Amino acid sequence: MSLIRLEKITRRYQMGGETIHALREVSLTIARGEYVAIMGPSGSGKSTLMNLIGCLDTPTSGSYHLNGADVSDMDDNELAEVRNREIGFVFQTFNLLARSNALHNVELPLIYAGIDTDERRRVALEAIESVGLTDRMHHKPNELSGGQRQRVAVARALVNKPSILLADEPTGNLDSRTGEEIMALFEQLSRSGNTIIVVTHEEDIARHARRILRIRDGLIASDEVQGRS
Amino acid sequence: MTLLAEIREGLRIALTAIRANKLRSCLTTLGVIIGILTVTLMGTAIEGLNRSFMQSISSIGADVLYAQRQDWIIRSHEEWLTMRKRRPVTVSQAESILRQVEFAKAISPIAQRGGKIQYQDRDTLSPAIVGTTDQYAISAGVSLNAGRFITSSESEGGRPVCVLGATVATNLFKSESAIGARVKIAGRNFDVVGVLEPVGGLFGEGGVDSQIVIPLNQFLTLLDNNPDVSLQVKVASGEGLEEAREELRAIMRKVRQVKPSDPDDFSINQQDQIVSAFRQVAGTIAAVGLFITGLSLFVGGIGIMNIMFVSVAERTKEIGIRKAIGAKHRTILIQFLIEAAAICVLGGLIGLALAWPITLIMAKVMPSTLSPTIVCLALVVAALTGIISGFLPAWRAARMNPVDALRSE
Ligand SMILES: Nc1ncnc2c1ncn2[C@@H]1O[C@H](COP(=O)(O)OP(=O)(O)O)[C@@H](O)[C@H]1O
Ligand SMILES: [Mg+2]
Repeated sequence: MSLIRLEKITRRYQMGGETIHALREVSLTIARGEYVAIMGPSGSGKSTLMNLIGCLDTPTSGSYHLNGADVSDMDDNELAEVRNREIGFVFQTFNLLARSNALHNVELPLIYAGIDTDERRRVALEAIESVGLTDRMHHKPNELSGGQRQRVAVARALVNKPSILLADEPTGNLDSRTGEEIMALFEQLSRSGNTIIVVTHEEDIARHARRILRIRDGLIASDEVQGRS
Repeated sequence: MTLLAEIREGLRIALTAIRANKLRSCLTTLGVIIGILTVTLMGTAIEGLNRSFMQSISSIGADVLYAQRQDWIIRSHEEWLTMRKRRPVTVSQAESILRQVEFAKAISPIAQRGGKIQYQDRDTLSPAIVGTTDQYAISAGVSLNAGRFITSSESEGGRPVCVLGATVATNLFKSESAIGARVKIAGRNFDVVGVLEPVGGLFGEGGVDSQIVIPLNQFLTLLDNNPDVSLQVKVASGEGLEEAREELRAIMRKVRQVKPSDPDDFSINQQDQIVSAFRQVAGTIAAVGLFITGLSLFVGGIGIMNIMFVSVAERTKEIGIRKAIGAKHRTILIQFLIEAAAICVLGGLIGLALAWPITLIMAKVMPSTLSPTIVCLALVVAALTGIISGFLPAWRAARMNPVDALRSE
């Protein structure tokens, strides 16, 4: 059974009198353990698709099954729970809480999951260690480099052991060397069995993925699986 | 438990936010500080007034009835006019009533008028020279500081003796002993045989403390041979106050020959009347006072609402992040409600800290203390103010769409 199944997903935005078709009847399945890169020009609908897959947004029409459950007819609170349990997000702008240190940022999803303090601390420390930031865990985001911030974000995304890791241009705000480090981290996560979807417009980055999905004007233009590099 | 963890996280966020915006938080709490300060002081003052009144009123025994011409509490000019027209209670009526009452532990006739008392070259004015009998000691519940009360034979008309209220005694004798001294009242010599224990309070000052008690017969011959007499009746324990009152009323009507169809031409007063009249007035004062001070708290609440809207707007991105990683509607709502409540409770604590020394000063004029009840109440009110005024902003935050929130800068 596929982990993600989108059927004829459409997402429209109403802007003044204008209707913007961000996605037009997109159908797509992704299996557990896949590593997918989504590519396409700016404004083609990549982020819209990610937000829908990540349950941050709901489609105008179409159905979405995640892990067998129909997400399209869940209410806000159920969606929040799905995001907490099933989804790990990594954003281009890191989106860490500025006033909290790295450790607390990583702990946050566990707090919302209702995990008790001791267990929470243990799991968060483990996640921080897995991204190699144990010695920086008491630092606030503004005391960390871009690459380190993104590592914290990855640790936060992974801490709840989600079904999918979603990354929307995770290297967009990093220099190419740091970007490569983050991609190496993703590579490693993929090898250990995580399902990963990465949005990027850099071919270099996309090469890390097994499967490349190209989007244009809200439609899937191509969907190809590459040989192992 | 998720909710508990969310509340703890909410508190953490609130404290971080308050610390991050120290100046702003302080300015915001100012309204709440003033609100809580005034409400607390008002509450303490009202409580103090009540307590001081209750202490005073206890000097008028709860089980004592006063049969007399007029009502203690006159509610209108008309009422006052009808009472003015009533016949006085004469000495012979009083004596007749006295003989018929059976339920009393003590009953004393009281005739009163103001007058001067002299000792050597000193003198003092007393508002009340009281002509009564030995029974007065029991019915008025007075106790003696020194000496003794007038005896029954003295009240029958024996030798001229008097008992002084505490204030009168200090005015006239300073620190000297009054017992055995010869004073002059209405041109006649009296021997001081006793000085009363000071009663204090509202009713003591104007009552027993400034009285000069002399035998009724002396009063009649020296001051007024046809006074308006009141009867002070201390009901025996075991007798119902209501029944006693009714019985006394029946006797009064009979003695004063009131026709069955006519209303009473006298009044039977008791402590209760004053208490309920006081309650009425005090209740109104309390309601008006708390309403006015409550307004300042309301203004403080509006300030909180305002700043919470700002806080929510500033932290739109943070709300988006929290929602993206699993914060529910409820989580965000609780977070901002706690923040608003925390700011208000902080203001409440500061308000109480300021109120405390002021209540110490107030304590010099009335028995007022910042009671634990008022402290708890003030903090609860502060927290409620926060929760109520924070609700709209928190609701707006909770309802934000996560994608839009994340997009904001
Ligand atoms: N909240 C929104 N309101 C209106 N239009 C939007 C909104 N979000 C995205 N769009 C539009 O939808 C299209 C796809 O956007 P997006 O998915 O962000 O593209 P990409 O991530 O590929 O650059 C764009 O034309 C964009 O302007
Ligand atoms: Mg995008």
